Amino acid sequence: MSNEQNSVVENPWRRLREFTDARIGLGRAGVSLPTKELLEFQLAHARARDAVHLPLDLDATSAALAGLKLEWAAAPICLHSRAEDRMTYLQRPDLGRRINDASRELLKAQHGQLAAEYDLAIVVADGLSSCAVTENLVPFLQALNEKLSTDSASDWRIAPITLVTQGRVAVGDEVGELLNARCVMLLVGERPGLSSPDSLGLYLTWNPSVGLTDASRNCISNIRPAGLSYSEAARRAFYLLSEAKRLKLSGVNLKDRTQDDVVETIASSKNFLIS
Amino acid sequence: MTYKYMLGDQTWTFSSLAELMARATPARSGDRLAGVIARSAEERAVAQMALAEVPLKQFLSEALVPYEDDEVTRLIMDEHDAAAFSAISHLTVGDFRNWLLSDMATPEVLAGVRAGITPEMAAAVSKIMRNQDLIMVAKKCHVVTAFRNTIGLPGHLSTRLQPNHPTDDVNGIAASILDGLLYGNGDAVIGINPATDNVAQAIKLMQLMDEVITQYEIPTQSCVLTHVTNTIECIEAGAPVDLVFQSIGGTEGTNSSFGFNIATLAEAQEAALSLKRGTVGNNVMYFETGQGSALSANAHHGLDQQTCEVRAYAVARKFSPLLVNTVVGFIGPEYLFDGKEIVRAGLEDHFCGKLLGLPMGCDVCYTNHAEADQNDMDNLLTLLGVAGCNFIMGIPGSDDIMLNYQTTSFHDALYIRRVLGSQPAPEFRDWLTRMQIMSDAERAVLADRLPEAFARSLKSLPPASGQH
Repeated sequence: MSNEQNSVVENPWRRLREFTDARIGLGRAGVSLPTKELLEFQLAHARARDAVHLPLDLDATSAALAGLKLEWAAAPICLHSRAEDRMTYLQRPDLGRRINDASRELLKAQHGQLAAEYDLAIVVADGLSSCAVTENLVPFLQALNEKLSTDSASDWRIAPITLVTQGRVAVGDEVGELLNARCVMLLVGERPGLSSPDSLGLYLTWNPSVGLTDASRNCISNIRPAGLSYSEAARRAFYLLSEAKRLKLSGVNLKDRTQDDVVETIASSKNFLIS
Repeated sequence: MTYKYMLGDQTWTFSSLAELMARATPARSGDRLAGVIARSAEERAVAQMALAEVPLKQFLSEALVPYEDDEVTRLIMDEHDAAAFSAISHLTVGDFRNWLLSDMATPEVLAGVRAGITPEMAAAVSKIMRNQDLIMVAKKCHVVTAFRNTIGLPGHLSTRLQPNHPTDDVNGIAASILDGLLYGNGDAVIGINPATDNVAQAIKLMQLMDEVITQYEIPTQSCVLTHVTNTIECIEAGAPVDLVFQSIGGTEGTNSSFGFNIATLAEAQEAALSLKRGTVGNNVMYFETGQGSALSANAHHGLDQQTCEVRAYAVARKFSPLLVNTVVGFIGPEYLFDGKEIVRAGLEDHFCGKLLGLPMGCDVCYTNHAEADQNDMDNLLTLLGVAGCNFIMGIPGSDDIMLNYQTTSFHDALYIRRVLGSQPAPEFRDWLTRMQIMSDAERAVLADRLPEAFARSLKSLPPASGQH
């Protein structure tokens, strides 16, 4: 065993990991990755792959949403994009941006029984990471609801929440339009990174309709415990929602000023390498 | 013009050169998405036969994107060198493949005809070449560039040290730079993709890298991969700009969607040259490309994605870049579905770029929603090393924690140097020896002890400090 240990050269600068999550100071066997590091990488990649390919559990998600005890989350409407399966979804982004005919019929039928107009429709899409939805959707909505339900400026009429399987960002606009909502908030599993398989993204569109581009949307990215916290994400989402409602617009003309107080606090390039 | 091919009693028809090129392209998801892919395997094979019969001269008279609509087409046509072309002007696409592989096409001869080859000719011949052909001919195309060191000499392979950080934390970036340098990486460039993309941030990162390069006397160059117009502003503000970066595409519409045109690049090149920061050469531009960008910008004019990609090389060629990097697997599976498609595209891009005289490197990479893994990257890395690729990326443990994709690691670069005997840039190799980072730089043997200069920097850190 001692021979095996000696075949790995460790890097004394590994302690610099206090400054970064990058995989620095891995050490080496010859010039190659030590076995331990190789296997840890494989595990991280496996988790990211699973995030892409494991289907979103609709029953479990619906049950978790019902646990919020909110009228609009009590009975999620389950929809499906025009991409039949994951392989199609991955190669045909155009199909993931639209709901299929059955889903359109379902929404039209539902809408007949629902209120005339909503301030907000919340649409959830599996996107590229089902675990981002499974892990982060409910706690984020809880934080957001605290903001919306205590908003003294206006009442928020919220449409029944929808869950779209094999959905991409733009699918929210079609759903929001069919629900006759003035604003749509799409929550989607983002493309998983090796160190972040569970990032939830948020896209907001005022006056949603089919065919809009990213220029019409505002985005909040990386919502997850190790990224943007639920409370901070909810704070920024509520700001954008309120501003969209006030200005009746979204996208490039709606500036997110919630971070103006925190950017560029450090202008110096000074670091430990420079004496 | 219509292209017909008789096979037995069946006549196959292709309505234009663009359609013929697209149908002849080896299968990939982006061409399927665009609706230009061959409708059957047989149609692809027949299209390749038909394409092989097209005279190279035809590409000078039938523009794939209209001359009057597109400045990239105008660049290709207006700057075509008829004298250089004369040596191959009698050939068809099929003859051209034979000629490239023949013993007549020596490195010197290939360098002589470069300016007579258009991107469309290069794309066409690549479509009827197997992977080994792409490797064989690329290896004969030597393209050497220089700024503070010399990149692309035969038998050499350089690396871009890519120390990205999700919040641009200066100590986080410095930690990755240190890791890379101590693994012998960073001779092509130390290049940061900024998380916050504005002029102030770019200047801060440029200063950071300039200070490191100066203090440790590293014979390399730095680059912040920000928009070309930002870099022009940085230069005006007096920032230490070594290289100007820009992502480029093969049609005017693609480049418009990226927010620049050819005149913008000329302005930036001139500004960077005026700083006179190069010591052994004056190649000041760093371009990135990748199949699928034109379709993604909805500016592909019905062309296949590989032909669009090679047209981008005409834009690059005009500005004598130090580095051209095809970021082959970054764009995702809707353009290159799996490891097989990524490997093929990487070899095509490298070959076509080299044939046109560009200092081609490759970001050997994939995203987690592509059907690819580290083994596919090992394969492409090894093949590109054999083909004489000028440079690859180097990143800690293959994991870009800012851009969320996987590329080649510092370790990978040493692997390829060892199995192929590839050398870092000569000036950088001497530095690795001088700094005692490597005990045998020619054989990629790292020193056992932490080099003195870096040990001092680490000692200056407060012991076991908390989070920053």
